Amino acid sequence: MTTVATPPRRLGATMRRDRWWVQPVLVVTSLTLFGVYTIIHAIVSNYYAITAGGAHLQSPMFSPDLPGIIQFHTSLPWAFLVLWAPLGLRSTCYYYRKSYYRSFFLAPPSCAVAGAARRKYTGETKFPLVLNNMHRVFFYFAVIVIGFLWYDAIRGLFYHGSFGIGVGNAIMFVNVFCLSAFTFGCNSWRHLIGGKLNCFSCTPAAQTRHNAWKRVSILNGRHMQWAWISMFTVWGTDLYIWLVSSGAFSDPHHVF
Amino acid sequence: MSETIDLAHAPGPRKLQIWRGDLTSGELVEYELETEPGMVVLDAVLEIQRSQAPDLAVRWNCKAAKCGSCSAEVNGRPRLMCKTRLDHLPADEPITVEPMRAFPLIRDLVTDVSWNYRVNKQITPFTPRESLKPGVEVNEKGEFLIDQADTDRMSEFRKCIECFMCQDVCHILRDHRLHDRYYGPRFMMRMASLDMHPLDGVDRLDQIADEGGIGLCNITKCCTEVCPEGIHITDNAIIPMKERVVDQRHDPLLKLLHRTPNKGRRKPPPRTETPTL
Repeated sequence: MTTVATPPRRLGATMRRDRWWVQPVLVVTSLTLFGVYTIIHAIVSNYYAITAGGAHLQSPMFSPDLPGIIQFHTSLPWAFLVLWAPLGLRSTCYYYRKSYYRSFFLAPPSCAVAGAARRKYTGETKFPLVLNNMHRVFFYFAVIVIGFLWYDAIRGLFYHGSFGIGVGNAIMFVNVFCLSAFTFGCNSWRHLIGGKLNCFSCTPAAQTRHNAWKRVSILNGRHMQWAWISMFTVWGTDLYIWLVSSGAFSDPHHVF
Repeated sequence: MSETIDLAHAPGPRKLQIWRGDLTSGELVEYELETEPGMVVLDAVLEIQRSQAPDLAVRWNCKAAKCGSCSAEVNGRPRLMCKTRLDHLPADEPITVEPMRAFPLIRDLVTDVSWNYRVNKQITPFTPRESLKPGVEVNEKGEFLIDQADTDRMSEFRKCIECFMCQDVCHILRDHRLHDRYYGPRFMMRMASLDMHPLDGVDRLDQIADEGGIGLCNITKCCTEVCPEGIHITDNAIIPMKERVVDQRHDPLLKLLHRTPNKGRRKPPPRTETPTL
């Protein structure tokens, strides 16, 4: 029988032996890179649409196309007039909250690992974090943006009015599909569609909502995966369109 | 928090570092014992108690992962000792066994979890609505009638064995010691099961938001990760309750439409105490 010293409870203190820090490092790296990339492209506001050869492939970070649709012209980065909705949806999303509370706020960095010392912990009860309760408001606006993204994807199939298909179209559809899966797997939507009911069987409308709730619950069960996949598809789609429209290479497509 | 089975580990000598001490002082004490195939951590601890440390305090009961008594922190993670096989743990290093950190230590591996029972007493139990429809919601014998669709959602919460590992891993209780301001995941789940009950007639949303302190939860999902019953505590109980509080307090659209949740349910009786640790 021997005695062993125990570590003090400071930030990161734990008796876990696994590499619990890998996940926070990956999250910080990915979200920081995505955030910096998005802000830079939104500020630069160029090369966001492929228009060569009659194509019209719009970057999801610049949709809806305000200058094109309502002739809105400004020297300021107009993309922020749209981006606040999807970015607000993501930053108040229950999954992303888990990720950034763990990775950026270290509250806690991982389960059973001591978090950062705080004078007073208030969670989501005080400004600004209490604004996370506005998640569903961002959801309402993000749904409108999803509508425009589907419109963009379908419009992209027509080159000077003729039906065509190419790599850019495929990327656009994959992206909007993944974004829809993320948006409509949202916990707020799951609540609104049926989760808020106390009785699923009482009325025919409640039974319909129960069925819808079960389907949304399936999507919601993979909400984390859809959150990451859709973030990377937005990133990849925008990068593809940026590179093609800047002339780095052309978008392979066939017009029928 | 999954771990792979260490197939290379054959039965043989293993070292366990077990927390020995009380509220005033303590330390990890290392023991060595011969292990057998299929042994779980509780087997090893009880063998050490039998052969080397008869004064070792450990709480256990069913040895079948159903009573929730043998909760401890094995290699730094909250686990049921009776459900944690030695061959699931790395063979090349000692196994640490410590008591739960969120509750006051009594001695060695035994903690005082009575705070949880005091919290539980603050929650108004199931109280049927006054307006139950005869023949639809209650039969002539006075038995409640409820559709399967409505019980399915709540039955997940009934799997809880009250091991309190979700409470232990919750950083609000574990690190910030806010036992007087947050009921913890286990009781958020209990209140969710009551609030979602179609025949219940009590509106607990104010209690969930105020005394229960649901706003303190930042949904890091550790409670879900450690639950030995696999209950989706965060997604199916805490987040739905947060959303109901949003319905009541934060949604401008619902406020405009006067669509308040739990309409017609009566307020619960006032709580008698603030449960402190």
